[in-house]
Amino acid sequence: MSFELDRIGLIHSNGQAQGQRALRAVSISAARGERLAIIGPSGAGKTTLLRILATSIRPTEGRVSVLGTNPWQLSSRELRRLRSGVGFIHQAPPIPPRQRVITAVIAGRLGQWPWWKSALSLIYPADIAGPREQLARLDLADRLFDRCDRLSGGQLQRVGVARVLYQRPDLLLADEPVSAMDPALADLTVGQLHAEAQSRGVTLVASLHAVDIALRWFPRVIGLKAGELVFDLPPAKVSESVLRDLYASETGVLPSQDNQPFHASFEGYATDDTPGGSGQVPLAPPRVI
Amino acid sequence: MLLALLVLWPLMQIAEFRPSDLFDARNLEVMGGFLGQFFPPNMSGDFLAYALKATIETLAMATAGIALAMLLALPLGLVLTHSLSVSRIGPGSGRGAGEAVRAAARATLLILRGIPELVWALLLVRAFGLGPAAGVLAIALTYGGMLGKVYSEILESGDTRPARVLLESGSGRLMAFFYGLLPGAGQELASYTIYRWECAVRASVIMGFVGAGGLGQLMDQSMKMLNGGEVSTILIIFLLLVLLADALSVFLRKLLA
Ligand SMILES: Nc1ncnc2c1ncn2[C@@H]1O[C@H](COP(=O)(O)OP(=O)(O)O)[C@@H](O)[C@H]1O
Ligand SMILES: [Mg+2]
Repeated sequence: MSFELDRIGLIHSNGQAQGQRALRAVSISAARGERLAIIGPSGAGKTTLLRILATSIRPTEGRVSVLGTNPWQLSSRELRRLRSGVGFIHQAPPIPPRQRVITAVIAGRLGQWPWWKSALSLIYPADIAGPREQLARLDLADRLFDRCDRLSGGQLQRVGVARVLYQRPDLLLADEPVSAMDPALADLTVGQLHAEAQSRGVTLVASLHAVDIALRWFPRVIGLKAGELVFDLPPAKVSESVLRDLYASETGVLPSQDNQPFHASFEGYATDDTPGGSGQVPLAPPRVI
Repeated sequence: MLLALLVLWPLMQIAEFRPSDLFDARNLEVMGGFLGQFFPPNMSGDFLAYALKATIETLAMATAGIALAMLLALPLGLVLTHSLSVSRIGPGSGRGAGEAVRAAARATLLILRGIPELVWALLLVRAFGLGPAAGVLAIALTYGGMLGKVYSEILESGDTRPARVLLESGSGRLMAFFYGLLPGAGQELASYTIYRWECAVRASVIMGFVGAGGLGQLMDQSMKMLNGGEVSTILIIFLLLVLLADALSVFLRKLLA
């Protein structure tokens, strides 16, 4: 079991009105190597859910198990080791603007390296080939020694992805990892996340603002709305009406990576209410280069 | 205005500040003679050699003091910084212990900076005898307390997400500081430290008056002999030192930019 959430409830410690839960009785579990997409409107609780998996917030109710242990019963040393095996790609990359790209990528291994190696890397990077290889996968190898404040939003987001790829985590979490990228780069990046998860057999959980990417790439799609689990289905079973309910979209426009009206391309996907029930086969993911 | 005078008057009585003393004929004569000697400053080779030696002593005292103060301030400041606290994430185990350590660090810094450096120096002079050692330690203690507090405030006021995220992926506190906070806060930390070094130069002059050596002691001797030329030379050296500190601060900021 890669992770297991059992009837998780969460009230954020700051701000929210009494009893207002960001998550309500959410139960999800995944075996090692599974790849899940989480979709849902803004404020649904996607980030909160991922942060619980990343052991960065502790649920108010319910039971969490990450990589086979309950993180909140570990000693601080064990918890640190567990955390070094969980990678989290943030929507807004938390990288100091003055930092160089290579340093930002190397920071992915701080939890695994002895402190002296990390300290020496501030002066001269202990590994250059490794960060370069991860950046090259995302078409950024030429920016290795640039400062991060010279990068565009999409480039910085890819540096954040490269950092977590370099970390080589056992559980790969991604919070809207491609929200600042154009469709082609988004496909490249999501493709690399899948390649990483498949080649090392690790679990990938990604929240996505774009429904098309979720349906095209992920074998399992989870719908979250107002803190509640709405569905947990293979993409072939995610029908247009289910999506419209999720996004409460009367106008028929569902969020997609290229901001084109999404329903136009719906013929490519299965609908639950087609006769025979099995529906069409979803489009195959583009081959990973 | 009247109110100000009414408040000021008793205070001045208590402080035994009598403006009339300023205009007392005898005092005026002595002061006038003293000030008159300020020009020209004493630039004789002999005295300049003394002054140079005293300047180096003062700079060494201030620099050694600030270096020790940083050694004291960095660990205490890092302990104090909430955004570098692992146990706050979650919150996880060891939260209570973490808060206790933080409270102890805060109390230590408070005591260190609560006692003026001159008082530390007077206490330490008894232990170490006259000489720069007492001055260096006095600066280290008081300025360690100030630096530690302000370091943690600077670290807390910037963007703390990078460090928190590193802690969340298993990094240690020190590396979370170096990789997550220092790039954003380095400039401000450096310029505050330089500013404190400038203050330490001034403080070490004052401690010279109580026997810690350096420019202060030299000035004390010149003042006692009412040698205005020597005093004005020393004052010029002070100005140059402050300019030096400014230039150093600008240089470091450029270096870190
Ligand atoms: N740190 C926080 N403090 C208080 N409330 C929060 C915090 N983070 C998120 N929330 C609230 O929790 C709910 C879910 O937020 P989030 O998980 O960020 O949603 P999503 O990622 O799906 O947009 C929202 O109502 C949001 O306002
Ligand atoms: Mg979010």
